Amino acid sequence: MERAEEIVVRGIVQGVGFRPFVYRLALRHGLSGSVRNAGDRVAIHVAGAADALEAFARALNTEAPPLARINGLERRPAAPPEGAGFAIAESGAGEVSVGIVPDVATCPACRAEMGDPAARRHRYAFTNCTDCGPRFSIVAGLPYDRPATTMAGFLMCADCRSEYDDPADRRFHAQPIACPACGPRLWLEREGAVLPSADPIVEAARLLTAGAILAVKGIGGFHLACDATSAVAVAALRARKQRPAKPLAVMADLAAAAALCELDGAARAALTHPSAPIVLLPLRPGTALAAGVAPGQRHLGLMLPYTPLHHLLLAEAGLPLVMTSGNRSSEPQAFRDAAARRSLAGIADAFLMHDRPIARRLDDSVVRIAAGRARVMRRGRGLAPLPLTLPEDFENASAVLAMGAEVKSAFCLTRGRNALLSHHLGDLDEPATADAFGEAHADYAAIFRHAPEAVAVDLHPAYRASRDGADLAQEHGLPLVAVQHHHAHIAAVLAEAGWRRDQGTVIGIALDGLGLGADGTLWGAEILACDYRAMTRLARLAPIPLAGGDAAAREPFRVLLAHLDAALGRDAVDAHPLLARRFAGRPVATLRAMMDKGLNAPPASSAGRLFDAMARLLGLAPERLSFEGEAAMALEATALGHRAAPYPFAIRTTEGGPDGAVLQEIDPGPLWRAALDDLAAGRPPGEIAAAFHAGVADAFADAAADLAQAHGIGAVALSGGVMQNAILMEAMERRLAGRGLAVLLPAEAPANDGGLAFGQAAVAAARLMASQAAEG
Amino acid sequence: LAHGGGGSAMRDLIDGVFRAAFADDGALPAAEDQARFDLAALAAKGDRLAFTTDGFVVDPLFFPGGDIGTLAVCGTINDLAVGGAVPVALSCAAIVEEGLPVEVLRRVAASMAQAARAAGVPIATGDTKVVARGACDKLFVTTTGIGVVRAGLDIGIDKARPGDVILVNGLLGDHGAAILNARGDLALETAIESDCAALDGLVAALIASAPGIRMMRDATRGGVAAVLNELAEASRVGVSVRELDLPIRPEVTGFCEILGLDPLYLANEGKLVAVVPAEEADAALAALRAHPLGRGAAAIGRVSDGRPGRVVMETRFGGARVVDMLVGDQLPRIC
Ligand SMILES: [Fe+3]
Ligand SMILES: [Mg+2]
Ligand SMILES: [Zn+2]
Ligand SMILES: [Zn+2]
Repeated sequence: MERAEEIVVRGIVQGVGFRPFVYRLALRHGLSGSVRNAGDRVAIHVAGAADALEAFARALNTEAPPLARINGLERRPAAPPEGAGFAIAESGAGEVSVGIVPDVATCPACRAEMGDPAARRHRYAFTNCTDCGPRFSIVAGLPYDRPATTMAGFLMCADCRSEYDDPADRRFHAQPIACPACGPRLWLEREGAVLPSADPIVEAARLLTAGAILAVKGIGGFHLACDATSAVAVAALRARKQRPAKPLAVMADLAAAAALCELDGAARAALTHPSAPIVLLPLRPGTALAAGVAPGQRHLGLMLPYTPLHHLLLAEAGLPLVMTSGNRSSEPQAFRDAAARRSLAGIADAFLMHDRPIARRLDDSVVRIAAGRARVMRRGRGLAPLPLTLPEDFENASAVLAMGAEVKSAFCLTRGRNALLSHHLGDLDEPATADAFGEAHADYAAIFRHAPEAVAVDLHPAYRASRDGADLAQEHGLPLVAVQHHHAHIAAVLAEAGWRRDQGTVIGIALDGLGLGADGTLWGAEILACDYRAMTRLARLAPIPLAGGDAAAREPFRVLLAHLDAALGRDAVDAHPLLARRFAGRPVATLRAMMDKGLNAPPASSAGRLFDAMARLLGLAPERLSFEGEAAMALEATALGHRAAPYPFAIRTTEGGPDGAVLQEIDPGPLWRAALDDLAAGRPPGEIAAAFHAGVADAFADAAADLAQAHGIGAVALSGGVMQNAILMEAMERRLAGRGLAVLLPAEAPANDGGLAFGQAAVAAARLMASQAAEG
Repeated sequence: LAHGGGGSAMRDLIDGVFRAAFADDGALPAAEDQARFDLAALAAKGDRLAFTTDGFVVDPLFFPGGDIGTLAVCGTINDLAVGGAVPVALSCAAIVEEGLPVEVLRRVAASMAQAARAAGVPIATGDTKVVARGACDKLFVTTTGIGVVRAGLDIGIDKARPGDVILVNGLLGDHGAAILNARGDLALETAIESDCAALDGLVAALIASAPGIRMMRDATRGGVAAVLNELAEASRVGVSVRELDLPIRPEVTGFCEILGLDPLYLANEGKLVAVVPAEEADAALAALRAHPLGRGAAAIGRVSDGRPGRVVMETRFGGARVVDMLVGDQLPRIC
């Protein structure tokens, strides 16, 4: 029996080879009709035998191209299409394709082709197809067609053109299609002059194995590469880049990766994901890796080669390579040729260049495995601009622009349930990053055709993003929604978990660096009761003064002093033989005077600073941190593999702040006294660090579980920068689940401030929906 | 001091303290409620009148290098001077908290008189009130100044052009650091003193050497950072400064490191920021350096056509950092 249907597919179905897939599927099932892009969805008009049609509809889901993500499929009866055969229809007039997908690691088919001496693209460094290759990094405008990409300057040869035009070919409408005859080319250069070589890859590999540092132009920017097994090369790279301690990422093929790190199923899945992120993985002991790659770390940031260029280079060099972002310390990664030549000239011995321009800077994404799955720490190349999805009952939400925070800045655009969380842009006090933020916003607004109906910002008035957001709102006459920092952190987790607005209140545990609180003081270790719209603070870590403000985040002895003074009293601190050494030569009297007089010493309940202080006590943090998270990472690495009974906290009830609200206060005093006793007794730092982690996890999990019980709440959400700590996350999840609570954890939206904008957007959207409902 | 409403105790106070201190200036008319000026004499100095007022509250009242009195006189003279005006006269109003020792008032009045005399600008009229304990903190002073703007001089915060050079007349942050140090009892061995000074003479020399000068501002509250941001905003230009070119004494740098403060935001009371065309920069710098209050003068940056409205500092490590306008208190931002 013949039937005809109109099938509408929603999701990520454009720019991923979906229409040719539908075409091939229809031919296979003997169906006639057509497929076309329709706005942000794909519409299929199809007719044929009933059972063939059923099989076709099933296969749309089960056999979809690897990059596609189907969020909805609607079928309804239709009039039979005219004519026979199946066609890919041109997009309707005025319809802009929104199918801009992330850059995708080289697919197996393309790799096989590159390895085939008989193939046209044998050893071609820019091989790609509809399943893989550059996407977002080459999009220069709209619609996503070759003329609007940075491939516009390359005229397709006849062979490529026929592949591009053939619906049956895997390169049908692959915009970056290229071959050695017509596509981008590679060269090596030094001091602006081309280094003649028969094969730049072979020569580059030779330089690397000889210990040179190379600038390598990649997908979203330049890397600095060197032999990861050479202590000399790694030391030279660190010295030239002025990056003394921050771990360096390594690129290796899967076999080499397995030799460097312990890979379980989740790790392999994360590494081989089409986004090819940097994955933080436990280092095996005794590898060939130079110690300077990740000094003091138990984890290595590892990624697989993700472009044909990387595959060729790694195969030729036969070594794991350091692949760190190409920039001087404190600058953003270079991505334009001229800027790279300028800023990397004193660092790189030679440049491996190509002539396909990079449209925008995209840092490598970073994930780590915690509580059983990959969790994004930095959303960049390979992940952006993949949309996140807001829960079901955000269907009719207003379009929101959320501006994010100050560090690890990223913004978020929403429309209905779609939430476009931007790629990682960096710290906004860096001028080039502030520029990039503005450019990226314009960029995304055009791609997403986004006209915001509201602007969401952090409560902190001095964040650059808060000021810019306020200006934008005023300029366009839009409502400005200020969202408390930790409320936004928790809301991001709720939204990602699909928590509906009508599901009510959860307990949120925000363990974070610092955010401005609703009471005007600084928060950073809070237990909240919240839904999307509103938040009440139920508990906090006992605040300590941050002598020197941001300086306290860079110099952990400041917060160690404040914590110990609070826990032991000043006389006991001064009399303690271990501590005298810790503070020798430090301006203790001045810091205390600042705390007493309130001179740039605002009180803060920061979990991040608590971890910094403990790392400093154990001698794991330098006097001045050279990168954010240095102290906390060292503490976690030290605790790894040790078991210890948790250190105690005291819990008391206090009046929190000017509004006089009753708060539970989690006081680490007993913890400090226990840790000091252990240290004096010669207990190994690993055990002290483990007891600290367990203590923090238990104190906050137990307090949260008690509060959940008291308020009749069944779910707990965890977030904040400190929750990137896997030991902590896993211990808290176990304990909370043991108390019968549903535990919601961050995954796609980073737990750090890189995910903040997503939470801000959810809060703003929910508030607007509520006020619209109230207005009737 | 007992407070009251204009009775004999008040009269005694004014006579006893302020009149005595300001008497030999000869400008304060014996029993009139207003100072009077000869218009023709004013008109001879320039073509526009400049008029400014400022309230001074500072804790502590006395600090190394000055006190609230010198601050009030110099601050108002400087507000006139950076507008290109020749200062003519000042007024002074003091709000005194009941219980303030008369000796304190006498010291303040004496230093006001001394500062005014040194600058050659008389304090021509004034008023004093005593208020109940807690109604003010010890002593508040308001000074108002009148000056005459030099004929033909056209300067303003909106007049900077790309290529212009940004100058300061000396070491930055001394005043802010001295005040914080005095307030905090910070156990720091430091001899940092306020730079409090009247800049009208220095300004006269600067204008003479750089007739094309675009603008001047005294870098008081919010420091040089505030001036640069206002400049970038008002002139719709980019401003770039080099950290290595900022004249800051090592004691102030060290002080700021411990306190977690940025010296660019510290208040100055004897420093101005001037913007001059590139071709006049050398002459302007030489003129500043030839003046006793400009020996440490330096070119700290440039006006550019990139990033309008934004101030960027090239750091000593070769990086770059946005220097923002301060919003409220300097709250930590690192999450
Ligand atoms: Fe945060
Ligand atoms: Mg003033
Ligand atoms: Zn491919
Ligand atoms: Zn070709």
